[in-house]
Amino acid sequence: MARTRYGTDRGLTARMFGTLFGLGLMYVLLAAVLYAFGFSAIFILGISAALLFGQWWFSDTLSLKAMRAVEVTPEQAPQLHAVVDRLCAMADMPKPRVGIADSDAPNAFATGRSPNRSVVVVTTGLLRRLDRDELEGVLAHELSHVAHRDVTVMTVASFTAILAGFMVRSAMWGSMMRDRRDQNTALIFFAVMIVSVLVYFISYLLINALSRYRELGADRGAALLTGQPTALASALQKISGDMATIPTKDIRQMEAVSAFAFAPAVAGKREFTLEQWFSTHPPLEKRLAQLAKIAGELGQR
Amino acid sequence: MGFLDAVLGRRKPARPNLDSLFAVPSAAITVQAALDFVPTGRTAVAFRAPEGRAFADIEAEVRALLDAEGGPPVDLAEDGYGFDWIVVRTDPVDVAAAVTDAHAVNTSLVESGFGPQLLCALVSFRGPNDAPLALVYLFKAGTFYPFAPEQGAGQQRNNVLELQVRDLLQGELPIEKDLSRWFAVWDAPGL
Repeated sequence: MARTRYGTDRGLTARMFGTLFGLGLMYVLLAAVLYAFGFSAIFILGISAALLFGQWWFSDTLSLKAMRAVEVTPEQAPQLHAVVDRLCAMADMPKPRVGIADSDAPNAFATGRSPNRSVVVVTTGLLRRLDRDELEGVLAHELSHVAHRDVTVMTVASFTAILAGFMVRSAMWGSMMRDRRDQNTALIFFAVMIVSVLVYFISYLLINALSRYRELGADRGAALLTGQPTALASALQKISGDMATIPTKDIRQMEAVSAFAFAPAVAGKREFTLEQWFSTHPPLEKRLAQLAKIAGELGQR
Repeated sequence: MGFLDAVLGRRKPARPNLDSLFAVPSAAITVQAALDFVPTGRTAVAFRAPEGRAFADIEAEVRALLDAEGGPPVDLAEDGYGFDWIVVRTDPVDVAAAVTDAHAVNTSLVESGFGPQLLCALVSFRGPNDAPLALVYLFKAGTFYPFAPEQGAGQQRNNVLELQVRDLLQGELPIEKDLSRWFAVWDAPGL
């Protein structure tokens, strides 16, 4: 029996499971609140579901438009298509459409409601900055998002937050429209609002945590597909580090600032920061650490 | 890909299917009889060499193994996309031997855990006027497709010939039905 080098990351799976469990809990909580809210709840549920469904169904077209990206044919971008072709053949997945967005910011994204209806987009800035292997790593990361159906998962996950947001607003409206003297109704509206705000906040944190885990999952999938975790790591450094580290101003103009800025920017990275909790992507060090671990596993005989 | 895998954001790597390659020698005879395309006796296996010591060692072992058997000579080439190609040449032309050697390469890679790195295998033919043709085997899908680059015309494919080959071999080989997966392998070593 052939052995495999591609074990699953138990820790990541467990964390993702925990996050999903938390999100499920939010659904239950919200359902209870909806029940208390009575008749108009169905209306709110309908609107938010329709909105989210539309966003999911048209995710490929919407994102292409939002990023001003254009779909390219194999004739227009043979190199890019060839890399995607090979990755799809290795992963045995249908080939998504390929798009290019004219932007100097190095970035890439994948979207679409199913692997058969997805599109992978890279910016011209990315194509300029990355070499062949790094580009392959980034594309493999995006294809992993497609294979993991991340658009669908994140859409379902974000439903609680959207619904809760709607409810806060309609509860506010409701309490303003009603007769002030009816103490009981006012109290219910107030309770609904508090719980909705709470649900919204907690869902928001959970969704971002889930998104960070999905990113790590996609990094992992990409590294194992190409077998080149180091190339992906260097691409990440270029993308994440570029804008932050390369100064655009002349050094003579910055003297006063840089005297203070250099040390704090390097130190204090291990500290707990609130920013981590609200971010959709894991910190760069965490992603690089995971890739380094995979590189070690690949090297073992 | 199961529901749980999608929910947990992971994926089992696609496993290669190696055995369909053995149907190639008889298909080669069919191609030769019907279209006058003669096998060149070259087969090539393409894979994405992962970084790290382990793979370099295994690659060296595979080459040593093939060379030591006194079998056909083996070349190693890298293409423009970072894929490694092991090319087996038989002289006089012996498709069965070339396929057996290619299979040995695949088996060693799979046994050492690098099966997911396999991309495709290629068996090449030459037609009238030296026109090139290749049968490409997609390991993960377990299907074949023809690839016929047009000579001296930049990157143009002879789609008419490719569809002819598809119709000819329909009963003999598992042919890839999704035409968008027939990706081009321009200048592939062993073509």
